[in-house]
Amino acid sequence: MSVVLEVRDAWKVYPGNPPVESVRGVSFTVERGELVAIVGPSGSGKTTILNMAAGLDRPTSGSIRIAGRAAHGLSDRRLSGLRAHHMGVVFQRFHLLDHLSALDNVATGLLYRAIPGGRRRAAAAEALERVGLGHRAHHRPHELSGGEQQRVAIARAVVGRPELVFADEPTGNLDTGSGAGVLALLDELNGDGTTIVVITHSEEVARAGRRHIEMRDGQIVHDSRSSG
Amino acid sequence: MTATDRPRTFPGTPATSGSDIGLSRLRAADLIPVATGGLRTRRVRVLLSMLGIAIGISAVVAVLGITRSSQADLLARLDRLGTNLLTVVNGSNLSDAEVPLPATATTTIGHTEGVEAVAPTAELAGVGVYRSDKIPPQITGGLSVRAADSSLVSTLGADMLAGTYLNEATSRYPTTVLGHTAAETLGITDLSGAPRVWLGGRWYTVIGILRPIELASEINRSALIGFPVAARDFAYNDRPSRIYVRSQTERTLEVFEVLARAANPKNPNEVAVSRPSDVLTARLEVANATTTMFVGLGAVALLVGGIGIANVMVISVLERRSEIGLRRALGAARRHVAAQFVVESFLLGTAGGVAGVLVGVTVTYGMAVHLGWQVIIPPAAMSAGLGTAMAIGVLSGIYPALRAASMPPTQALRTS
Ligand SMILES: Nc1ncnc2c1ncn2[C@@H]1O[C@H](COP(=O)(O)OP(=O)(O)OP(=O)(O)O)[C@@H](O)[C@H]1O
Ligand SMILES: [Mg+2]
Repeated sequence: MSVVLEVRDAWKVYPGNPPVESVRGVSFTVERGELVAIVGPSGSGKTTILNMAAGLDRPTSGSIRIAGRAAHGLSDRRLSGLRAHHMGVVFQRFHLLDHLSALDNVATGLLYRAIPGGRRRAAAAEALERVGLGHRAHHRPHELSGGEQQRVAIARAVVGRPELVFADEPTGNLDTGSGAGVLALLDELNGDGTTIVVITHSEEVARAGRRHIEMRDGQIVHDSRSSG
Repeated sequence: MTATDRPRTFPGTPATSGSDIGLSRLRAADLIPVATGGLRTRRVRVLLSMLGIAIGISAVVAVLGITRSSQADLLARLDRLGTNLLTVVNGSNLSDAEVPLPATATTTIGHTEGVEAVAPTAELAGVGVYRSDKIPPQITGGLSVRAADSSLVSTLGADMLAGTYLNEATSRYPTTVLGHTAAETLGITDLSGAPRVWLGGRWYTVIGILRPIELASEINRSALIGFPVAARDFAYNDRPSRIYVRSQTERTLEVFEVLARAANPKNPNEVAVSRPSDVLTARLEVANATTTMFVGLGAVALLVGGIGIANVMVISVLERRSEIGLRRALGAARRHVAAQFVVESFLLGTAGGVAGVLVGVTVTYGMAVHLGWQVIIPPAAMSAGLGTAMAIGVLSGIYPALRAASMPPTQALRTS
């Protein structure tokens, strides 16, 4: 088994009076092909740990290794390169660019790898097919439903076949039906071999029956694969 | 999970050092569409922010174009009139009447090297010209009576508006040719009905009217009569009071130096030699000074325009925080975010510059055509205008771009 993500004793302390310790000594590993759900109450540090794992934020202390590479000490350009080449991110607010079609939004996922436009769009068309939206490629985000927009965002995250896909409450802005559809899609992508770390609500994960990490007050209180 | 051995389109290699991580890279060809994305969605604001630059550049281009065109016009006039015309006077007395030169002055000047043509004139002191004999003599209307011969027309390059100039025959009779202003002042616009003027207590028939002479305004204000009739009626004694001299153009300064002595060898320092074209040259310098001032104003407009663009860009950066965060999440490095905003600002400046140059050229063209000038738009003004606009675009974009680039991605993503 190969380890794709390794978080070791990560701390995140926001300076202030008193300082906010939003993540306090978190360690876990994710192996290739896993789907890991991070659950826990609001404010427990889920987003903070996900952002650090995705290289969007740096831990105050501790180490993060992504696809075997230590994230700390990397220059901005290399850390960004790590995101561009090895990771995909999905947000609760879909963050699609309004002036671009669904296809071009998905192709943006390859923009910072300096892949020529033609190849980006070809890969984007394929990714849209994978999320079942091949027929909506030329629609603008505002012409799509919330669930469809999130599927476009997921296609954008997976268009470069990254080693790791992070999703922060991808169903948070969706009704139950579309939310279930999005989770089913993540399941399906995971079945195809994509490694996924997703923050979500516990009932949905219970239904999925996969590994979950439960957080509280900045610490992991339960990991269903306790060996991690 | 058994995905490990699955073939991957974009393989990741399990290296342990950071050195082989693909860098975040953005192709230059993608930078333009990325940068224009922000412009396409806010058209009104884009137009407004371009306005300052466009006004500044068009002002500079138009001012330079208009002054250059008008200068070309002045230069063409200078060329036509010649910078080689000199006038010689013996100073003027207390009542502002010209003092006569020695009778030999015309001949000696004519023999001076480098002199091409000489035209003596004599202001007849105390002789006035009037429309009728009922007008009191002190009301001169600023007009004077001057004796001259046909050399005047050739030396000054004067043209007739109506009638003919004095010739050998008419110089002997009470006939007169009026300068342009004199004719206007006397209310004589044409020669129909053989108009006469009351000149020095006698009736003189007007046989011709001159067109305005640019370099000799005193001729414009004169009634010209022949030397013979001046001698007979007004005791003219062969002593001219003002001599016009055409020199060989390249020897003008040389001639200028020696004219005083040639005109009045006994008292050369009483003689005043002048070059009428200096007035036009001075006007050119005034035009240059005005240009500098207007270009300065244009520069102020450009500065304001640049601040306007910077302002719009700062607002744009704040509004697009979530886009910036997203791009960072997709793998954009700080430099790519910065480049996006600098290029966006550069494009704003360039568009403003192009609009400004077009407006400036149009204004210059319209003005020059309207005033009958040759249209001259200095290419340097256009390229410098465009270049300045581009530079302003880049400069105004730097601060907003740095702000965008330094925004932490997590914070940028939180706001929406
Ligand atoms: N920039 C910051 N400065 C100070 N404190 C912060 C900052 N960002 C997050 N926090 C704090 O860190 C803690 C963890 O935040 P985090 O966003 O990770 O929680 P979460 O588990 O994702 O919650 P939710 O389910 O509501 O999204 C919270 O108490 C939050 O207030
Ligand atoms: Mg959160």
